[in-house]
Amino acid sequence: MSRITSYFKSLLLIEMFQGMGLTLRYMFKPKYTMRFPMEHIPKSNRFRGLHALRRYANGEERCIACKLCEAVCPALAITIDSAPRESDGQRRTTRYDIDLFKCIYCGFCEESCPVDSIVETSVHEYHFEQRGENVVTKQQLLAIGDRYEQEIAADRAQDAAYR
Amino acid sequence: MADLLFHEVLVPVLLIFAIMLPVVLTVAMFVYWERKVIGWMHVRMGPNKIGPLGLFQAFADVVKLLIKEVLVPTNANKFLFFLAPLLALIPALAAWAVVPFDQGMVLANVNAGVLYLLAMSSVGVYGIILAGWASNSRYALLGAMRSAAQVISYELAMGMALVCVLVLAGSLNLTAIVDAQAGPKGIFDWFWLPLLPVFVIYWISGVAETNRAPFDVAEGESEIVAGFHVEYSGSAFAIFFLAEYANMILISFLAAVLFMGGWLSPFPVSWGWIGHGSILWLFAKAFIFSFFFLWFRATFPRYRYDQIMRLGWKVFIPITIVWVLVAGCMKYFGWVTIGG
Repeated sequence: MSRITSYFKSLLLIEMFQGMGLTLRYMFKPKYTMRFPMEHIPKSNRFRGLHALRRYANGEERCIACKLCEAVCPALAITIDSAPRESDGQRRTTRYDIDLFKCIYCGFCEESCPVDSIVETSVHEYHFEQRGENVVTKQQLLAIGDRYEQEIAADRAQDAAYR
Repeated sequence: MADLLFHEVLVPVLLIFAIMLPVVLTVAMFVYWERKVIGWMHVRMGPNKIGPLGLFQAFADVVKLLIKEVLVPTNANKFLFFLAPLLALIPALAAWAVVPFDQGMVLANVNAGVLYLLAMSSVGVYGIILAGWASNSRYALLGAMRSAAQVISYELAMGMALVCVLVLAGSLNLTAIVDAQAGPKGIFDWFWLPLLPVFVIYWISGVAETNRAPFDVAEGESEIVAGFHVEYSGSAFAIFFLAEYANMILISFLAAVLFMGGWLSPFPVSWGWIGHGSILWLFAKAFIFSFFFLWFRATFPRYRYDQIMRLGWKVFIPITIVWVLVAGCMKYFGWVTIGG
């Protein structure tokens, strides 16, 4: 008996039509595609993207050259030199390089920083055109921080209760 | 002399162009439509970057294919290698000569139209076989062999299905076949109803004839890379592509003409202009059928080679042979009304 019913099932193409019904339903579903440059996927405020060095509101750079980030960095991507600043003798970095090829974007530098200076912004769309551009210098990091300060501060404020 | 030249050469050439250019353009838009539909069924968007809604995607692809180099394998037989795509394309386009678009709107009103169509679709196989052989590549040869075996097996089922149509219509002329489907009951006078199993078999065989999914073992990319056209690139590949899609559209038109009443309207004549037959009805029907090609491709996984053979020889051919008998009885005892 089951053999006869299976004959009829396959002759009447029932399962074929069921499958086609399924694909037809999917045809009219909303699409998952993100048209990337025009649309963006919502990002967490904890997103770990491109690095930045922040400043205080008065324009003074936050970094005090404690080198905790350099020490904690598992990929050895951070290189810091420090010296007393010429103008007022404060301890500051003379060199703060991050090799973005080495960096694994773990966020340990940000967590270790006692003054919230080094942060990872939510910027993830960047590229290099020349050899060596993967090493970002202190000036570049500060510039990134200046440019995205509002977003950085907003993301940190949103997360403040959990830190 | 000038008069003769005009009537015997110029007018036919213009008519040929009037059919071929739309066919080629339709192929271009059909490729785009296929990628859109399959995209939608995959819950993607499909091409949407080039031109409004991605409409110019097909033309961008054509330009890309034409400016690419045509590579010839070292040990390939050059003459046959370049003859093969033409042998695939020419029958695919030549078959359009007998397709009636409307009452009297046909390039060649041949009395043996159906026979001509079967002949043309058989000749198309030679292009594929030659391509596989002349490439001098294992994959291409395997693809060609599979394709040849498949097309020949399904041609039988398709031929038997057409015999049923011929029995009912009593003519090999495509225009006469459409006329035989005219009647007061509209859609229920068409041949799909008395010949329903044969209609389904014709359609499935048509999909197999054109080597389309789920019968595309000839180019099964998971096993034999791309089958018979592995070694083709640039415009030579584009010609194969054109032939395949022209064949798909042709099979869609034929399904509409043979089983779905061609240009006849599905509504009764009393409904005014939508009740009257027109070329637009034929286009609408062919469009729906060509949509099925894409729908199948998005839905079904590829058949295994032996399953294809089993389906063709042990299922389709017996059913069609039985239905030829049934159609004969229908005609002999007058169970169906032919031609109103």
